Amino acid sequence: MFQPRSIQSSLSLKDKILSIDYILVLSILILGVVSIFAMYSTDGGEFKYHTKSHILRFIIFFFLFLIFSLVQIRFWHSTSYLIYFTFLILLIGVKYFGISSSGSQRWLDLPFINLQPSELMKIGLILFLAKYYHRVSIENINRLKFLFLPIFVLIIPVLLVVIQPDLGTSLLIAAGGVVVAWLAGVRVKFFTYGLLIFISLLPIAISFLKPYQKARILTFLNPEKDPLGAGYQIIQSKIAIGSGGLFGKGFLNGSQSYLDYLPEKHTDFIFTLFSEEFGFFGSIFILLLYGVIISRIVRVGHITRSNFGKLYCFGFGTAFFIYVVVNMGMVLGLLPIVGSPLPIMSYGGSSMMAIMLGLSIVMSCKIYKDVPVN
Amino acid sequence: MLSSGSGNTVIKSKLINRRMFLLTISKAVVVVGVLGRLISLQINESSKYKTLSDKNRFREWKLAPERGIIRDYFNVEIASNKQVYQIHLIPENTQSIERVFFRLKTILNLSDKRIFSLKKKIAKQKPWEPIIVSDNLNWSEFSRINLFLHELQGVEPIVSVARVYNDSSSAHVLGYVSQLSAKDLKNKEYLKDLSIPGMAVGKIGLERRLDKDIIGQVGFQRYEVNAYGKRIKRIQVDPGKAGKSFKTTLDLEVQKYTAEILKDKAASVCVMDIYNGDIISLVSSPTFDPNAFVHGVERGYWNSLIKNEKKPLINKAISGLYPPGSTIKTIVALSALENKIIRPIDTVTCKGKIELFGEKFHCWKKEGHGVMNLRTGSQRSCDVYFYEVARKLGVDRLSETAKKFGLGKKVLNDFLEEKSGVVPNTTWKKKYIGQNWYLGETLHSGIGQGYFQSTPLQLCLMTAQIANGGFEIKPRILFDKKNDNLKAYLNFKNDNPGQPLPTDLLVSNFDLKPLFKNQENINIIKDAMYSSSNEPGGTSYKSRLEDKRFTFAGKTGSSQIKRFTEEQREAEVKQEQLEYKNRDHALFIAFAPVSDPQYAISVVVEHGGTGSKSAAPIAKKVIKKVLERHSLRQSIIHMQGESI
Repeated sequence: MFQPRSIQSSLSLKDKILSIDYILVLSILILGVVSIFAMYSTDGGEFKYHTKSHILRFIIFFFLFLIFSLVQIRFWHSTSYLIYFTFLILLIGVKYFGISSSGSQRWLDLPFINLQPSELMKIGLILFLAKYYHRVSIENINRLKFLFLPIFVLIIPVLLVVIQPDLGTSLLIAAGGVVVAWLAGVRVKFFTYGLLIFISLLPIAISFLKPYQKARILTFLNPEKDPLGAGYQIIQSKIAIGSGGLFGKGFLNGSQSYLDYLPEKHTDFIFTLFSEEFGFFGSIFILLLYGVIISRIVRVGHITRSNFGKLYCFGFGTAFFIYVVVNMGMVLGLLPIVGSPLPIMSYGGSSMMAIMLGLSIVMSCKIYKDVPVN
Repeated sequence: MLSSGSGNTVIKSKLINRRMFLLTISKAVVVVGVLGRLISLQINESSKYKTLSDKNRFREWKLAPERGIIRDYFNVEIASNKQVYQIHLIPENTQSIERVFFRLKTILNLSDKRIFSLKKKIAKQKPWEPIIVSDNLNWSEFSRINLFLHELQGVEPIVSVARVYNDSSSAHVLGYVSQLSAKDLKNKEYLKDLSIPGMAVGKIGLERRLDKDIIGQVGFQRYEVNAYGKRIKRIQVDPGKAGKSFKTTLDLEVQKYTAEILKDKAASVCVMDIYNGDIISLVSSPTFDPNAFVHGVERGYWNSLIKNEKKPLINKAISGLYPPGSTIKTIVALSALENKIIRPIDTVTCKGKIELFGEKFHCWKKEGHGVMNLRTGSQRSCDVYFYEVARKLGVDRLSETAKKFGLGKKVLNDFLEEKSGVVPNTTWKKKYIGQNWYLGETLHSGIGQGYFQSTPLQLCLMTAQIANGGFEIKPRILFDKKNDNLKAYLNFKNDNPGQPLPTDLLVSNFDLKPLFKNQENINIIKDAMYSSSNEPGGTSYKSRLEDKRFTFAGKTGSSQIKRFTEEQREAEVKQEQLEYKNRDHALFIAFAPVSDPQYAISVVVEHGGTGSKSAAPIAKKVIKKVLERHSLRQSIIHMQGESI
């Protein structure tokens, strides 16, 4: 379709900078600062490895986020498939060159970073499907032959991640893809079929699960049954959050985490630590921050003109919401412990990188909201 | 495939917006769920989780309280505490348990057996729980450990407090403490909160009786611990409360003196204040070292104690049961007088034996005593006289008087090991043996043989209650200022001579319980005892004390272990010629001084032969010692009267 070039070229750097969503940027910055304090607390109130490296990562990725925000939306659109395939190749690389830790092979040992491609794939799949459904006409969306490719691009990375094994991340990748397909207008019946097929395949999938993963699911169903074994994490997390009460135990006074009762406090259980130290009001504060970030992302989706931008922003916003809710549901004992980081708050470079990349594209949608993608 | 129409794009974007709207609604529902959970955890159930968090955070280590001290009448410590040097080991703090044990072995001479048992114990408990490697080191061992401490990670030298008994003369009455056992925990309610490994509890004697109060209150140290149990910070220390200290009526000087006299004999001595029942001395011999039990008794020592035929672990004064022998004759005569069976002047002729239904009943003097009345019969302990009196009296009346004066029931009650003895009568025999009473058995009972069983303390109480004029007293071993009614009555009597109160006034004015019907009868018995000890021909005449201040009145006795055969009787076999375990037990009871009685004593020497030869000489020495300390004892009373 025809678009005057003038719209594009009329955006000066000043215009671009002015049209950045500052509320979103500020929220991210606040969340980053909060996460640094939380990390400082996990280090026992000392300026140690986790804190230092978290600060460094946040600063680097925050600036990259700002810089990448200025990249044209057209660029993201045109490279979507390429990005997806790059991530896919990295994911396949993990299978052959990945390094293992505590029983699963998730990381690529790169010079600067231990990269976890499965985290990046969360964004890669959303990007791919946003472009795909942007291009498929509305009449064709529900035709079977147009369903094959989405299913294929979803299944491949999900399976690659499942065999690492990393059940949590694979489900979160799939969730992002499913959300985009849903937004694009794929009929409810296909999701129903998909769900039915998934459930019927579940027994086979379960037979592939490692014993510890089976234990986690059983534990979720009844954590008190094995309080020192697999249920330990859930129980200790609930104790930490519950004992925080209304106002919390105070910064650096979270006895549950300080005395090592809390497992994985840097990563999956960072919310638990914060919640123990800052109480109900602290928890609400975090929820509000995420609420603002997600609503800003969704708002960008509403104001951006291209369907690619809409699909991407709504898809990413919803996926972001799912990441947050799954992590909180997990530490609050509402969901099984599947191992999913809390965006930005949790320690972990790949997760931070993926989220910041995702946010850059959202910001690009905002800045170039009126620019057509093709 | 590619869409181009802008209208199509618009329709599509509307569809996307519509579907996003649905997603937003479901997001809101999920957020409400998460919020609800937060409210439930952090607001509704917060206090529950706070408790759980504290339970995680804090761990308490109990501290054994200091045991109370037991003192004698003069406030000399007879069971005290001393500093002990101990080595504790916290397994999780060591780098290598093996290496620590190897080092300790060379420094402390630990046996392989001990190390093995320690390792077994460590395997059973949590790695942060301390284990006591050695609980009683001497100073040189302790300082050696301190010297090498830098090589002994996880080892903690501890200065603690443990029970110590300064001498073993009172071992039986005090008892001992030893490590808390599973059985103790099960049986004793008060130990529920006191279950600390290594805690010492009273096992027997006074230590056991007073345990509940003397043990004290447990203290604790509360630490903040991390998830691995490592102590991070001490939050609170409660040193607990030392146990209550007790003062007894015992006189340690007398105890020591008596124990020295009894040394190596299987014997016991009881001395009692006849007015208030204070037990001045309660010694059983041979004795043992109670300190050996405090830190766990060694097998070798234990075996030597239980194999010793003189039974050093038994408190013979309250657990030893002996036929009272001729000492019962005081009660037989008293009972006969009280029941008006005989008059003091009634006589019986002793020809060395009497016959009853064909059975011969021998007097201890083969050739006989001749004509005997109550006083001479008692003085010479003529068996034939008392056979005759007992026959007329009957066993039931005898047993009534004997029980009244303290035989056949526990004297102190609170001692688990105390025995109650037997005072036989016709119903008793029917009930416990299932047979009718024979008259011959009455005759045996009349000289304290047969079914009669009594403890030395009972005999002492019996003597005391005769000596004080026939009033009931309640013996006690713990100091108590009260219970001096009898003294008050005596003071009254001294101030108002010639005005003896009738029985009912004794009861109402002085809360006294007379054991007699006619007090004159008591005086007759006391006089008979006087003659037995102080007039030529008396059985304990040789052991008399002529100094008026010490003169005592007593009664000998010997209780048969094995009846003499006719051949032995004919051959006039002496007790010394018999095998040790077949010799008679020697008994002696007395009160002193005669002029103003203060104390009663009973002495029993197992297999000592005759009372006059082996028991009376011991009593003589002890009585002198006790009376020498009488004024000192009195002065303490007054002193305490002011200070307490």
